Amino acid sequence: MVIISVIVAEDLVKTFGEFVAVDGISFMVEEGEVFGFLGPNGAGKTTAMKMIQCVSPKTSGKLEVFGMDVNTHQSEIKRFLGIVPQETNLDPDFSVYENMMVYSRYFDIGRTDARKVTDELLDFVQLDEKKNVNIEQLSGGMKRRLILARALINSPRLLILDEPTVGLDPQARHLIWDKLRSLRDKNVTIVLTTHYLDEAAQLCNKLVIMDHGRILEEGSPQEIVKNNIGTDIVEVENGPEVKVCLDDMTADYEIIGDIVQVYTDDPQQVTSHLLRECMLGKITARTATLEDVFLKLTGRKLRE
Amino acid sequence: MVNYLQIPVLSRRVMKVWLRNWDVFLKTYKVNFLPPFLEPLLYLFALGFGLGTFIADIQGVSYARFIAPALIAISIMNSSFFECTFSSYVRMYYQKTYDAIISTPLNIDEVIAGELLWGATRSLINTIIMLPVIAAFGLIELPVSLLIIPFSFLGGLLFASVAMCFTAISPNITALNYPAFLFVTPMFLFSGTFFPLSVLPQQVQYFALTVLPLTHVVMFVRSLTLGTPTVHLLFNLAWIVVVTTLFFVLSVNLMKKRLIN
Repeated sequence: MVIISVIVAEDLVKTFGEFVAVDGISFMVEEGEVFGFLGPNGAGKTTAMKMIQCVSPKTSGKLEVFGMDVNTHQSEIKRFLGIVPQETNLDPDFSVYENMMVYSRYFDIGRTDARKVTDELLDFVQLDEKKNVNIEQLSGGMKRRLILARALINSPRLLILDEPTVGLDPQARHLIWDKLRSLRDKNVTIVLTTHYLDEAAQLCNKLVIMDHGRILEEGSPQEIVKNNIGTDIVEVENGPEVKVCLDDMTADYEIIGDIVQVYTDDPQQVTSHLLRECMLGKITARTATLEDVFLKLTGRKLRE
Repeated sequence: MVNYLQIPVLSRRVMKVWLRNWDVFLKTYKVNFLPPFLEPLLYLFALGFGLGTFIADIQGVSYARFIAPALIAISIMNSSFFECTFSSYVRMYYQKTYDAIISTPLNIDEVIAGELLWGATRSLINTIIMLPVIAAFGLIELPVSLLIIPFSFLGGLLFASVAMCFTAISPNITALNYPAFLFVTPMFLFSGTFFPLSVLPQQVQYFALTVLPLTHVVMFVRSLTLGTPTVHLLFNLAWIVVVTTLFFVLSVNLMKKRLIN
């Protein structure tokens, strides 16, 4: 049996006039993976996702989903996709239940099957009691859950989510995470973008960090943190003596305002050195996170 | 470079878009049925029987009989034109309905074609409601006027296609008032609706025949309601078919340019 990767991108480019939104990226997503696109606003994540969804044609390079070209096999690919967009685009002319039924028609799902699947899915996202409620009366969290249920109506093999939990309260976020994990356990491949780096660390087993249309880093969350920072960060209050001391011990560090961050695999050694040799106070050590890598790679300057 | 006359890629999935609009229509049917029922009554009383008492006859028929077909033609125009401008714009821009649909196996060509067929259907539905009301006053020849029913779909498709082009190029929903006032209102008045085209200067007559679609729709409908179909019908029909085809294809490509990038 030949195992076909779910998504294969090679040298993928997307330009809008003069502007290069995606600048020659290559990546692969295998079946059952949860793959994350991270990056600041305008990094090219959503553009990349739109090309995978076959709603924005690629400019050049290779992009295949289930072994099919996105520019020529749109309908065939979209049949297997579930899409959770960034913006809520539920149909306000219909109730919760009708939204599901009308959507099922676009996938040629028969009425009997659609009713059964709709009941199951509304139960899955805990909206069965809101069946006959109009869309406008749903809370933000309920709308996101309904969009997720709607994306699952065709039992997709690839689920694509653009900022699935933006604007949700912690309860609703955890519920969505929970649902995504149970889908992953059913071998549904998931591709998502998010600005919540804890979310990416929680859910993704592989991710890419993008900026200016390029991929800066790729790997599992742990690998990415380990390769770029090490396991830990030691934070010291900035002062003239700190720089000298750190240069002395050839540490990898960065000055961020009045704080100095030292990247290390051996926080104890760094801490004791700073305490003993340099007589510095106010030292904290903590585990390095994806957020640290993100800021290190994409800089601290505000975007847009 | 976008090819504005590229042939749309369509399948029977077009009907799913149509069906979506039909479902919404049925949910609000009470509001939808009232205008086509009331409108001809209001116009007939005000113009046909009010103003009409001062007019002996036009081209050998009573004023009410003269304007009855125009009312049907205007309804065909308004139903699909406003469906495919303001209503379609709301679905496209505010409700993101098109975005949601193109995330499924449907493509944008099919979405727009479904919208156009739905616009035409609105004209058909309104004609079906309106015709008996006008017939009740004995103002149209039967059974030949029943041919207006299938014709209203084609006429509806004509105005839907032109309307969708405006929708595709409107920067915002308010801008749709321009075609409403600068295109629909002049047509309403100067397409041989409430007075014969022949009283207008020759150049204006040519203008109406060349660029005002309603002129051809009024001529077609009137020759049926008066029971005097002539060979001219074929000329009107040919004009409508050619222009509809052209704008149908153009509107799909303009929308594609706007929504897919």
